[in-house]
Amino acid sequence: MTALNTASRKHRPSTSLGRWLLPLYVAIALVFLLTPIVYTFVFSFNDSAKSNILWSGFTLDNWTNVCNAQGVCAAFGTSVVVGLIATAIATVLGTLMALALVRYRFRGRTALNLLLFLPMATPEVVLGAGLAAQFLTAGVAKGFLTIILAHALFCLSFVVVTVKARVTSLDPALEEAGRDLYGSPAQVFWRITFPLLLPGIVAAALLSFALSFDDFIITRFNNGPVETFPVYVYTAAARGLPAEANVVASAVFLLALAIVIGAQLTAASRRKRIAKT
Amino acid sequence: MAFATLAASSGSNVASARRVGRVALILLLPGTLYLALFFLTPLISLLLTSLQAPVEFGDVGQYEAAFRWENYVAVVDAYGAQFLRSFLYAITATFFALLIGYPLAYFIGVTARPWPMLQGILLTLVIAPFFISFLLRTLAWKQLMSDDSAIVSALRFLSVLGESEPLTGTAFSVIFGLTYNFIPFMTLPIYTTLERLDLRYLEASADLYASPVTTFRTVTLPLSMPGVVSGTLLTFIPASGDYINASSSFLGSSSTSMIGNVIEANFLRLLNYPEASALSVLLMAIILVIVAAYVKRSGTEDLL
Repeated sequence: MTALNTASRKHRPSTSLGRWLLPLYVAIALVFLLTPIVYTFVFSFNDSAKSNILWSGFTLDNWTNVCNAQGVCAAFGTSVVVGLIATAIATVLGTLMALALVRYRFRGRTALNLLLFLPMATPEVVLGAGLAAQFLTAGVAKGFLTIILAHALFCLSFVVVTVKARVTSLDPALEEAGRDLYGSPAQVFWRITFPLLLPGIVAAALLSFALSFDDFIITRFNNGPVETFPVYVYTAAARGLPAEANVVASAVFLLALAIVIGAQLTAASRRKRIAKT
Repeated sequence: MAFATLAASSGSNVASARRVGRVALILLLPGTLYLALFFLTPLISLLLTSLQAPVEFGDVGQYEAAFRWENYVAVVDAYGAQFLRSFLYAITATFFALLIGYPLAYFIGVTARPWPMLQGILLTLVIAPFFISFLLRTLAWKQLMSDDSAIVSALRFLSVLGESEPLTGTAFSVIFGLTYNFIPFMTLPIYTTLERLDLRYLEASADLYASPVTTFRTVTLPLSMPGVVSGTLLTFIPASGDYINASSSFLGSSSTSMIGNVIEANFLRLLNYPEASALSVLLMAIILVIVAAYVKRSGTEDLL
């Protein structure tokens, strides 16, 4: 560690201007990245009668009566339900595929990897229009079901990529040890393989939910009359978004932040534990 | 019990080849079917719809199966400008995102490496925009750039912006929004490669009397190329198909509409499914060609 330290120090530019240039640049970039978040958060406390554009005083009402604004809570609920179902589908299908893709060599493996990569390389507007064209041709009415089917599709590839990384990093010796100790295949899977994969699966599920929850472009093509939270925001944006929408977005932001920080603290404490032993 | 055999098959157990094959099939079948049904078939639907012809004396939105290749000629004639604009905006936004994302990734992955805690905090800050709704963060910029905002007043005071010129609804605001929204996509893959960069290479380069600039150009940058390629693709692809930033209720106006806006309007409002589909097929084809050429040129095929 000390060797690395000196190495990195040695290669920092020696002039005092150069030394400060990169941290300064990074600080400015971070301020830039965080500005809209702070703005959204601050304006969730705006005492606005109609449009939430100009600051007109501090209030907690938007937070305490968030469902007062018509449609906000319903749209939020729809997004949560859609996200949960789509995530469940994508996580199960994706985990199974990831296991097979890492553990087995079979004909068509390259083709399948390409098939999984393509949805990620397709612009969302094309995915959305394609699904809409298909539902139109098949005569399926757009609504709740079509949103879920669409969301599970674009989440699937991300789940496979995330879980695959975890399966690849799995030490086969652990499973071997389980078998050497006369564990049945089922025992080995459920008591060794699955628990070791679980962090990867959870990460994939969280990513999948986040993608689904925030998706607008694909949803817009397949939602019919059903309003998810982003669809609500888009429609309301034209006539002025109520501050309650900022409340929902800020609350979701804080929740996501708490999850990420929690995960990082757990990882850090685990590193410390390992370092001690 | 698919799982059980899976656990067994990875080791030295001699499960029969046929049994292993069956397990792989069981694991792969549901996902592959899903992709076939909801990714491949929609692409075929898109292709077929793009060739449809309007029903004679039919209502708006009524089309019948045909091979009307003229649809493609028609959309290129009508929307060539929007195509060009989309790629121009997307390339510019990708460039600026790289300009902002690379130093960020370098600082987190290399400079901050001795302090894991700081790395964690910085990474969280970089992905923080993901946690707030895409639409709301774009709307926030719209309001920050609105006519009575401090930014616009300052720019008018400095005469960068004319008295009656708006800041939103311009090419500047759309590219600004695209850049902003995709910076995390650019930063994360670059960070991943820089995080694994062996600092001894940099030391070796300095020992051979290379200046920091030479070290960066000949050692750091080439070694981080896979991250740069992923990052630029992850920015360029969604940016070229985006229609939120360029939409007139967000940062754009009718003079900034990109191909995504045209597809959206044709499909959902004008119910002109064949033209919207033809545009989508063209967009996808152009992007695939660009991506393939780019990946080949940068020599990182194994990325796919």
